[in-house]
Amino acid sequence: MKRTPLFPAHQKLGARLIEFGGWEMPVFYTSITEEHLATRRAGGLFDISHMGEFLVSGPAAAEFLNFVLTNDIGKLRPGLGQYTLLCRETGGVVDDLYAYQLADAEFLLIVNASRLEDDFAWLQKQWRGWTRRAEVKLENLSEKYGAVAVQGPKVAQFIDQVAPATGLKKNEVAPATFHGETGYVSRTGYTGEDGFEIVAPASVIEGIWHALLEAGRPHGLKPAGLGARDTLRTEVCYPLYGQELDENTTPLEAGLGFFVALDKPNFIGKDALLAQKAAGPTRKLAAFKMQGRCAPPRPGYPIWTSGSSGPIGVVTSGTQSPSLNLGIGLGYVAQNFSVPNTAIEIEIRGQRAPALVAPRPLYKSSPAKT
Amino acid sequence: MNVPADLKYAKSHEWLRVKGDTATVGITDHAQHELTDVVFVETPALGRKIKAGEACAVVESVKTASDIYAPASGEITAINTKLAEKPELVNTDPYGEGWIFEIKLSQPAEAAQLLAPDAYTRQISG
Repeated sequence: MKRTPLFPAHQKLGARLIEFGGWEMPVFYTSITEEHLATRRAGGLFDISHMGEFLVSGPAAAEFLNFVLTNDIGKLRPGLGQYTLLCRETGGVVDDLYAYQLADAEFLLIVNASRLEDDFAWLQKQWRGWTRRAEVKLENLSEKYGAVAVQGPKVAQFIDQVAPATGLKKNEVAPATFHGETGYVSRTGYTGEDGFEIVAPASVIEGIWHALLEAGRPHGLKPAGLGARDTLRTEVCYPLYGQELDENTTPLEAGLGFFVALDKPNFIGKDALLAQKAAGPTRKLAAFKMQGRCAPPRPGYPIWTSGSSGPIGVVTSGTQSPSLNLGIGLGYVAQNFSVPNTAIEIEIRGQRAPALVAPRPLYKSSPAKT
Repeated sequence: MNVPADLKYAKSHEWLRVKGDTATVGITDHAQHELTDVVFVETPALGRKIKAGEACAVVESVKTASDIYAPASGEITAINTKLAEKPELVNTDPYGEGWIFEIKLSQPAEAAQLLAPDAYTRQISG
């Protein structure tokens, strides 16, 4: 199993470790609930060094990325990032990622750890068939960089002690120097809270981690593991690749149409996605809340309705929400059952428990001050 | 980890407190520490007849669901109804208020085959 540059720091903190996407990562330090609530109330510090970093540069970089990614890269300017997806011709999702424009002809892509190799191979394949390939350079810098996310309503009160960041608005990115090494700070995250992500060379990431912990401690910052990262993102209904997204699922089915610029010139998957949009997806991702006390829903549990003779869908993510203190989840259902306030049933160990389709997000944090 | 001297233990981390022909069952301090954040306990039905080693309850943490196995055979004569409102008792008082169910033992001799406290301590420190 691979280890991040922060592995020694996790061991010193007594983290419980698990395998995730080929990496040995902390699932929690003290408890998922504690770390979750610390992030919602003050701040959580997450190791996200397992995620991949690709640098795409050159005069035709923007044009190439606009061909392989679904969102409109033309909406970016140097210093701004966007959530976007990498799709196959079928519209199936290769990965979901963040694309940051660092300079006129330079873009940083942050991709999922579990998809890193597949993504890079897919991008290289597209690059080989690209007419202006001599004007685009693709680099996988994942080994070079580590990364941390520092998330929560109090983070803006201390982040500037470590990196000048509060001047950034949501989705903005800026270079920053750490012990003479260049990294990047962005106002982004995966928790639904105001927060920042820092990408920096592996040699300085442990220094950043400790500096953040120290600066944030008086404000209630806690190190937080993948367990809390998962419950936090589930509450705000952010998809996780491998659960809500895969190569047999389209962004439209996942409710991510906002990040698919069907009006831009040709891009990979456009024809299939246009056709699906015209016909209407047959299944859609729905968020739901369990009604009353019951066991938490889990991925793979069948979804029913009271009248159905068979399952109408399947749970893709589910947990006990630490913020709401009830069972919540996401799952794919036949399109007509995806509307909020539709009564559904989740099959838990052979017994059906009532749930209600709910608007997304299931939990709304106080708005970020930007 | 707390391993009380007056209990018997299963390798799968349940404890058994025998009083005459009945026994109370819960999960060990070590098990609750491993699970953390218990959010739901599914208890067996009263009157259910179970065999030693049979999965008969489920403890759910935030992260995952874990089966609880009967350390001995018999009939379920009581369940801890407090866990419905306060599943966290399994974390805070695993050997006391966090007990899960009670069995009327059909084969009391089985208890002798469970681990003694020192043997269980060795297992979890191994």
